[in-house]
Amino acid sequence: MFWTSYLLAVLAIVLAWPVPILLSRASWPARSPFTAMLLWQAIALAGGLSMIGAMLVYGLEPIGDNLISGLRGLADMVLFNAPTTALGFWHLFALSAAALLTAHLVFTLLLTYYKIERQRRRHRELLALLAAPSVDAARTVVISHDSPVAYCLPGGARSVTVLSDGLMAALEPAELRAVLSHENAHLNQRHHLLLWAFAAWRQALPWLPTTRLAQEAVNSLIEMLADDVALKTESKATLIKAIAIVASGPTGGMAGGMTAGMGAGSMAAAAMPSAHPGLALDGLEAPTGAVSGSARTTISRVSRLLSPEPQLPAAARGLVLAGSALLLAVPTALLIVPGLLG
Amino acid sequence: MASLGELERAVMDLLWAGHEAATANTLRDRLATTTEAKGDAAGHEGKELAVTTVLTVLSRLEKKGLVERERGMRPHRYQAVSSREDHTAELMHEVLGSAPDREAVLARFIGSVTDSEAETLRKLLGHI
Repeated sequence: MFWTSYLLAVLAIVLAWPVPILLSRASWPARSPFTAMLLWQAIALAGGLSMIGAMLVYGLEPIGDNLISGLRGLADMVLFNAPTTALGFWHLFALSAAALLTAHLVFTLLLTYYKIERQRRRHRELLALLAAPSVDAARTVVISHDSPVAYCLPGGARSVTVLSDGLMAALEPAELRAVLSHENAHLNQRHHLLLWAFAAWRQALPWLPTTRLAQEAVNSLIEMLADDVALKTESKATLIKAIAIVASGPTGGMAGGMTAGMGAGSMAAAAMPSAHPGLALDGLEAPTGAVSGSARTTISRVSRLLSPEPQLPAAARGLVLAGSALLLAVPTALLIVPGLLG
Repeated sequence: MASLGELERAVMDLLWAGHEAATANTLRDRLATTTEAKGDAAGHEGKELAVTTVLTVLSRLEKKGLVERERGMRPHRYQAVSSREDHTAELMHEVLGSAPDREAVLARFIGSVTDSEAETLRKLLGHI
């Protein structure tokens, strides 16, 4: 029982600090974003579970040999006024901390959901008055604004993709299809649920390295996943061009107009890393500490498209998946198995 | 009969286009003319639009903070709180701004990039 709390504490610390830092520096997630996404979820869940579990097990140590008998003992104290003398100050402290942390996590999750939903509702209300339904695609509206802007607003059946006039003017039809398919991928794969969970996780424990790194990684991975969906129907060159036009802002519209006359052949050639050695990658592979999260995302997206690396081998992906499953199984087993054996 | 959502949109369009406060009666008449002008089946029903329906729509819009009432005078005169352009700017500010939870509220095709990165991407665009 006693060693269980130490093992869980070690696991919590490892998952809160070194593991996320190593994972955020690794380059393989760009090769298999889906696998990496599962691993981040496992790290967050196992981290939270072992944090709470370590304190709970330590606090219950004097009144039970395992979690189950300990909780039973605690229930006797709380509900039936059994003597509490067995619990010392630090045990009570750990139990209170475990309860507070659990409540804090659940409360932050709900509060974040409420705030996000309120903002989305307000946004949808204004869109209903300001934007016109698109003629090109379902569940898509167009808002009159000069900057090239595209985004999706999740909300179940009321999910909507919003495009600006500026975007429609700047993009060729194929590029527009790439943008739409990218945004639809976000909606179809329910990425907003991941964004919500990791935003709440960071909101709850902002000082923990893992929460910031996890949120940044997830933000970036969902963009890669959506890009991969767009690549199924549109060419790599089309997608890169759409990204470059939208990212280069209002003046991007003019640049788009100037290059619109070029043939598809030259665009396809440009997608090959060897076609313009140096230029793109010199500029793009310089994410320093000062670069904000979303900028780093855009840069890693483009360099991933410019110099694609093969998907992670099946064996490696299997290994990561097994690791993720193990991450969840270990704290769960540490908490429950001693009770089942004892 | 058009849905409340469509009516809200039509009323806001009138208020935004009119630039001045209007009573529910005036709005009802203008709504009837605009739907009639379209000359379709809906136009026929548009004539039967009740003033109370317009008042319902106006109070919904007032609750949403889009419309305000001039008090002290009867019948009440309604006007838009801000222009269509201001509301669009408000939305775009929400989309393009850097509020901490923006990323969870909506997913943009491209996040914010710094000037130098935009420049790099523009150069890349020139090469494509």
